[in-house]
Amino acid sequence: MSKNELVILDCWASPFCMRVKIALAEKGLDYEERAEDLFGGKSDLLLTSNPIYKKVPVFLHDSKPLCESTVIVSYIDETWPAPALLPSTPYERSQARFWADYIDKKLFDSTSAIWKASGDDAVEGAKKEFVEVLKVLEGALGEKEYFAGDAFGYVDILAIPITSWFLASEKFGNFKVEAECPKLSTWIKRCMEKETVAKVVPDPEKIYEFVINLRKMFGIA
Amino acid sequence: MANELILLDTWVSPFGMRVRIALREKGIKFEYKEEDLTNKSDLLLKMNPIHKKIPVLIHNGKPVRESGIIVQYVDEVWHDKAPLLPSEPYPRAQARFWADFVDKKIYDTGRKIWTTKGDEQKSATEEFIGYLKTLEAELGDKPYFGGEKLGYVDVTMIPFYSWFHAYEVSGNFSIESNCPKLMAWAKRCMQHESVSKTLPDPKKVYEFILQLKKRLGIE
Repeated sequence: MSKNELVILDCWASPFCMRVKIALAEKGLDYEERAEDLFGGKSDLLLTSNPIYKKVPVFLHDSKPLCESTVIVSYIDETWPAPALLPSTPYERSQARFWADYIDKKLFDSTSAIWKASGDDAVEGAKKEFVEVLKVLEGALGEKEYFAGDAFGYVDILAIPITSWFLASEKFGNFKVEAECPKLSTWIKRCMEKETVAKVVPDPEKIYEFVINLRKMFGIA
Repeated sequence: MANELILLDTWVSPFGMRVRIALREKGIKFEYKEEDLTNKSDLLLKMNPIHKKIPVLIHNGKPVRESGIIVQYVDEVWHDKAPLLPSEPYPRAQARFWADFVDKKIYDTGRKIWTTKGDEQKSATEEFIGYLKTLEAELGDKPYFGGEKLGYVDVTMIPFYSWFHAYEVSGNFSIESNCPKLMAWAKRCMQHESVSKTLPDPKKVYEFILQLKKRLGIE
């Protein structure tokens, strides 16, 4: 019989780690969080559990490693089915996976591009692309409370952690997400009111400080 | 209820091939529509307004997009015929991890081989071989990535076999001498009708790349 020993190799600022922690919280599961020092020296456990990418999050279920946040969240949903994170029909599931894939391809990179950019033109260009991505997501949300409808689920879990990085982009890009995408902003607030999310997602001000340090490390003016 | 399946695709796309193999493995009838990507149909633009890409599988009028997502959808709807994903969550997660690895690494690095020259090309070729060796290690002694039978990762990766000749000629290297186990795996997959009927002649793929390079203005 499985002991159900759950461990996450983690970094507090990583939105990809936050996804896993929110999923575990939604399922009411206890787990051990082991902080990795990504810049000082990755642990042996991380390097042996994720030899391909050497990245966090790594989720260990009774010492069996799983890597890549969307793969991990799907695994958690399948192993502990209630409450369901993915929709119940194959078609709705394919749509949820489509938006998960879109978020994975576009959201974090487009928001980071703003604070990585040097020079006004580059910042403006990055901002424009980011806002376009947000508007596509707003379109997908429509009038619904959450991406799949009435219930907080898979797509919300994958997207909400990345929003903690928006303040940093807003400060470096001199704009406000709320002004550009009010509906999405309302969705952010709605998700952040959930205990499972509020407990996991850090204060965006702390992420902003983290980004300031990252820029120094990357030598961005 | 009639099961109307239309696949918007193009003959040379490894992503489209994944879907065709999955449907054929399961013996599912579908209507194939060849798209001219230089002149995309209204139907494609309507069914995939976000990415405007193929493949798109239209099932009873409703679109499913992104090849990996389409294959998973087909596997779930027709789950009793030739299942592609494992039934247990842990092996299923492993299959998704490796399919994601193929998605992240193979196409883009392969593309660098036929679009660049000199040191850049050499470096892309080395990177590409490295990824193939990683896949070989994952395959190990199993006949297929899916174990005893063709599975999700096999379907995700095998289309690139039709592009190997194009990569080899462009980069002036041999995949067989670098990765003999992977080539043996590929030939094993080709014994399946679903695969051999789907993969185009590698020489035609190479001709296609030469034409594409001309059109893109690459030497």
